[in-house]
Amino acid sequence: MDEILEVLENDARLSPEEIAKLTGKKIVDVKKTIQKYEKEGVIVKYKTVVNHDLMREGKSFVRALIEVGITPQKDVGFDAVAERIYSFPEVKSCYLVSGAYDLLVVVEGDSIETVSNFIAAKLAPIESVQRTVTHFMLKKYKEDGQILKKGNQTKRLNISY
Amino acid sequence: MQISKKVEHLAPSGIRAFFDLVLGMKDIISLGVGEPDFITPWLIREKAIYSLEKGYTSYTSNKGMPELRKQIAHFLHHRHNLDYDPEEEILITVGVSEALDLSVRALLNPGDKVLIPEPSYVSYGPVVELAGGRPVFLKTDISNGFKLTAQQIDKACAQKGVKALMINYPCNPTGTSYRKEELSEIAHVVAKRNLIVISDEIYDELTYDFEHTPFSSLKGMRKYVIYLNGFSKAYAMTGFRLGYACGPRDIIEAMTKIHQYTMLCASIISQMAAQEALKNGFREVVQMKKEYMRRRRFIVDGLNELGLSCHLPEGAFYVFPSIVKAKEKSLDFAKNLLRQQKVALVPGVAFGPSCEDYVRISYASSYENLRESLRRIKVYLQK
Repeated sequence: MDEILEVLENDARLSPEEIAKLTGKKIVDVKKTIQKYEKEGVIVKYKTVVNHDLMREGKSFVRALIEVGITPQKDVGFDAVAERIYSFPEVKSCYLVSGAYDLLVVVEGDSIETVSNFIAAKLAPIESVQRTVTHFMLKKYKEDGQILKKGNQTKRLNISY
Repeated sequence: MQISKKVEHLAPSGIRAFFDLVLGMKDIISLGVGEPDFITPWLIREKAIYSLEKGYTSYTSNKGMPELRKQIAHFLHHRHNLDYDPEEEILITVGVSEALDLSVRALLNPGDKVLIPEPSYVSYGPVVELAGGRPVFLKTDISNGFKLTAQQIDKACAQKGVKALMINYPCNPTGTSYRKEELSEIAHVVAKRNLIVISDEIYDELTYDFEHTPFSSLKGMRKYVIYLNGFSKAYAMTGFRLGYACGPRDIIEAMTKIHQYTMLCASIISQMAAQEALKNGFREVVQMKKEYMRRRRFIVDGLNELGLSCHLPEGAFYVFPSIVKAKEKSLDFAKNLLRQQKVALVPGVAFGPSCEDYVRISYASSYENLRESLRRIKVYLQK
């Protein structure tokens, strides 16, 4: 993978100047490459990983992983149904997978009711959807390669030879 | 109580006090740490836990577990084309630190001289003195990237009683390393002067601009070299305290004698973990190296922009910039920077009296820390 993407994947806030220093490339080249990636859609967007469990105020947060079994349609296979499903803003991620079911759909909402209503009223009734199995997420331990528990830092001394 | 004169003579008191000062302070950014900021990769830690669960809590053979020695032999063969017999030419030690001590104790008679580059790692001079030898320091400086030259060694050998050369590349504290051609020139002098080379290559996997060449892999050098390496830096296993020495049978035998009476053996848990590191840990090494390379560019550029000139180190995770601009002795610079800006680093003088104009900066630290400490050093210099 391009080193620029590698460092950005780890820290999206790095400036082109800093990326240039880290990778030994020229600033103009870094800027150009990033623009190219953005244009091509290789870089989709820059986002923040939030640990909702630690948020004390505001709305509550519920996430469900839903296994969806589908009858594929002629010519378009799973794609057309998938599109109908992932177009709902409630759906945060949608993957076609191999195995006992077809789509793995991640749905987020502010309560169990909103999420269940969405499944019952929108997702399950879609024609080609045969069945759904819903798993409500209880606790997030690690996301995007990041362990969410604090205090796992190195315990080295502040100075040593 | 009457302490041995030899030991009393060793005390580097000023630096010790500075270290205590750093260790007593909170909320500082430290660029003074001589170990990776990665935690030991999980697969290695997990193996250590498993070994404990399975009851691996005993002594091992003095030389270390035969399986581990075999694995090291296998690794060295494939990685560096080095061939050492795991039965008689490899000794597992408690870090390279112990291996350095064993090497000089096994080699030296009272008064024998050992060539040591300056700056050098802090233990080199003391272990030679404790073994009854006499360190002869060969000064290097920033003008040629802190490199020891063949001529320098040859010239130093004109005096009587020079028995060995200690060399460390990539080097703590300068990050300097040597290309094969440069090492070959030194090897030529080694053969001519019949020197024993104690080659500390603990940072070998952190070599950035060219392939690392083990000294004993150079033509004709095997019989002159004690090759020292370990798991601390490449696998971020400093706390496991595990290293190894490879060399001709007679020297390893002699080192084993001392080791069996003073250390008995290295910890079995560490030896089990090290086997996992060799088996499955290399991918993590590559990943860590990549990360250090980025930080190296970041810090070297940043320091040069501040007017603290430094050479681009070829390896390890240290830079050794000149602080001439600050017009202070290295210990004063380190103390003042710590007090005023809460940034810790190691004064150059810790690595030799000729290093007053330098400090050691470790870039085994996050980008945020590097960025922020550069900012604070800038503020300090403007005062």
